[in-house]
Amino acid sequence: MSITVYVPRDAGALSLGAEAVATAIAGEARQRNVDVRIVRNGSRGLYWLEPLVEVGTADGRVAYGPVQAGDVAALFDADFLHAGTHPLAWGPTEDIPWLKSQQRLTFARVGIVDPRSLDDYRAHGGYRGLEAALRLGGADIVQAVTDSGLRGRGGAAFPAGIKWKTCLDAPADQKYIVCNADEGDSGTYADRMIMEGDPFALIEGMTIAGLAVGASRGYIYLRCEYPHARHALEAAIASAEADGCLGDDVRGSGRPFRLEVRMAAGAYICGEETSLLESLEGKRGQVRFKPPLPAIEGLFGKPTVINNVVTLASVPIILDKGAAYYRDYGIGRSRGTLPLQLAGNLKRPGLVERAFGLTLRELIEDYGGGTASGRPVRAVQVGGPLGAYIPASQLDTPIDYEAFVAIGGMLGHGGLVVFDDTVDMAAQARYAMEFCAIESCGKCTPCRIGSTRGVEVIDRIVAGNAAERERNEVLLRDLCQTMLAGSLCALGGMAPFPVLSALDHFPEDFAGAADKTAT
Amino acid sequence: MKRAANAASLPDIPENVRAAVLKVTAGLKDQPGALLPVLHGVQEALGHIPESCVPLIAREMNLSRADVHGVISFYHYFRSKPAGRRVIYLCRAESCQAMGAGALEKHVKQRLGVDFHGTTADGAFTLEPVYCLGNCACSPAMMVDDELKGRLTPAGFDAWLAAEKT
Repeated sequence: MSITVYVPRDAGALSLGAEAVATAIAGEARQRNVDVRIVRNGSRGLYWLEPLVEVGTADGRVAYGPVQAGDVAALFDADFLHAGTHPLAWGPTEDIPWLKSQQRLTFARVGIVDPRSLDDYRAHGGYRGLEAALRLGGADIVQAVTDSGLRGRGGAAFPAGIKWKTCLDAPADQKYIVCNADEGDSGTYADRMIMEGDPFALIEGMTIAGLAVGASRGYIYLRCEYPHARHALEAAIASAEADGCLGDDVRGSGRPFRLEVRMAAGAYICGEETSLLESLEGKRGQVRFKPPLPAIEGLFGKPTVINNVVTLASVPIILDKGAAYYRDYGIGRSRGTLPLQLAGNLKRPGLVERAFGLTLRELIEDYGGGTASGRPVRAVQVGGPLGAYIPASQLDTPIDYEAFVAIGGMLGHGGLVVFDDTVDMAAQARYAMEFCAIESCGKCTPCRIGSTRGVEVIDRIVAGNAAERERNEVLLRDLCQTMLAGSLCALGGMAPFPVLSALDHFPEDFAGAADKTAT
Repeated sequence: MKRAANAASLPDIPENVRAAVLKVTAGLKDQPGALLPVLHGVQEALGHIPESCVPLIAREMNLSRADVHGVISFYHYFRSKPAGRRVIYLCRAESCQAMGAGALEKHVKQRLGVDFHGTTADGAFTLEPVYCLGNCACSPAMMVDDELKGRLTPAGFDAWLAAEKT
């Protein structure tokens, strides 16, 4: 009987040599005349162990990692096909504490199933949410999503149910479901992992959204930096169509839902929902004024539900297991689980899905294992390039939307980028302004001009003497206030967060060169 | 008749370019909001979007030349000039910065002898900055065409470059 070996096709695993590992395993198996079936799964999210090779045994899957092509012969010698011992062996995958302590709802199948197989998806609970939704009316589906407490996971944390209700109540001959897969924040990769590792979950979530609000068409707006996700999605959409889960008659319900992947073109601003809609319409990705809300006048002027990948991929489990099941995870107004993405300078980076409420410290120290460099943690940027830099003294902040707002930050898409004590926070603040200048859509003045002026002022602070620094710091804070209050969208409106937090928590880094020579 | 008048004013472009553009637009122009897919298609076919084909794209899509030019120039990914045979996207974003992307960037620029947006003298590589490849758990990251590399060191880059050149 053939033995199943899992070698991820996840882009991150491929970036560390997974393709060569898969080839080596196939070659070695042929040479040794063993019957091996290789499944190209997604990543389990343990990127510190990628490429993570798993072997299916009678007692479940066992893990080996990080495996390089050069290790493969030795693994065969150690009889890894029968869970043999080897320095790279981790035993049963599910028992690895890093994974075992997680609460995987949205990521329940990622890394486990074959993302190209609809049968495998079904065998692991897939499409049960859609079956449940097909028994309900639109209003009941929306109610379930509202009751679950699910909030937009893309960063704005707006209650998904309210957005859906608004769209449901907007009368129109055509409505749309748009998935924001323009995951541009540094330190985030949860969307990519779902699209590559469990694309049917996103498709199912979008189909349910379509049934809920009465939309017959969906678009996935995917960043062009994600070619692997594109292949996975397109293959999955084709399978779902062939199986009748997408098309003119979804599962015999008489309801149509069609889905298309549209490629973005490298503009960060298109992750902002109205800019994304402009881009989907074939225009420059310039931010729209709100109101009207996209739920009322969105894509091509029609009512549109626009949600992030993680939000939509969380919908099937809510419909399958019930709103209460999901809502029972989490704290306060942050319900359910959040896939947190550990990145930057960490020993054990990767994806941790847990209920809201654990602390940054648990994530960084317990999961992350401290810095990769072995030096002390100095700052953590949470929520992407527009998120605040949090000093080591605030690591006990719980993962909760409101708690982060209270310390002047934001949880955003759940990405954490850790820096050690070699980081120059003035340089990071300058970069935040520079990034805003490069990516500004140009529609509003505070963002378009303010970001460039911000770079110049920070340069003057760093280059000047104490008096110059003081004068320019007043100017920088004033500029940040203008951007915060006067920008049209979150890009200009939040770019001051990393700048001000760097200035507040790490003022010593802004001490000018002239100061340094004076002392 | 208006259409014929427009056609008459189109600048001369090489027949292969014209054919490539028309092939892309014919397949997509009836889709709603098709300009980005069209531009992707043209860039995929020709390697870049020559300025000379903007009027043709505009005519086929029933848009103004300014509309088409405006969209091409808005998006970082679209290029009006040819690139090297391979495009290297080097990540400059925070997660990679935390893992030494700054030093890697200096090294790569020096090894290739080009700055960002530049193409090497032999036409082999174009170097572009990118703001996140979504490989933040394996920083620093680089993508060459569609091929992603993680935990890239200066030595790792040199090894990759040497293998490329052989």
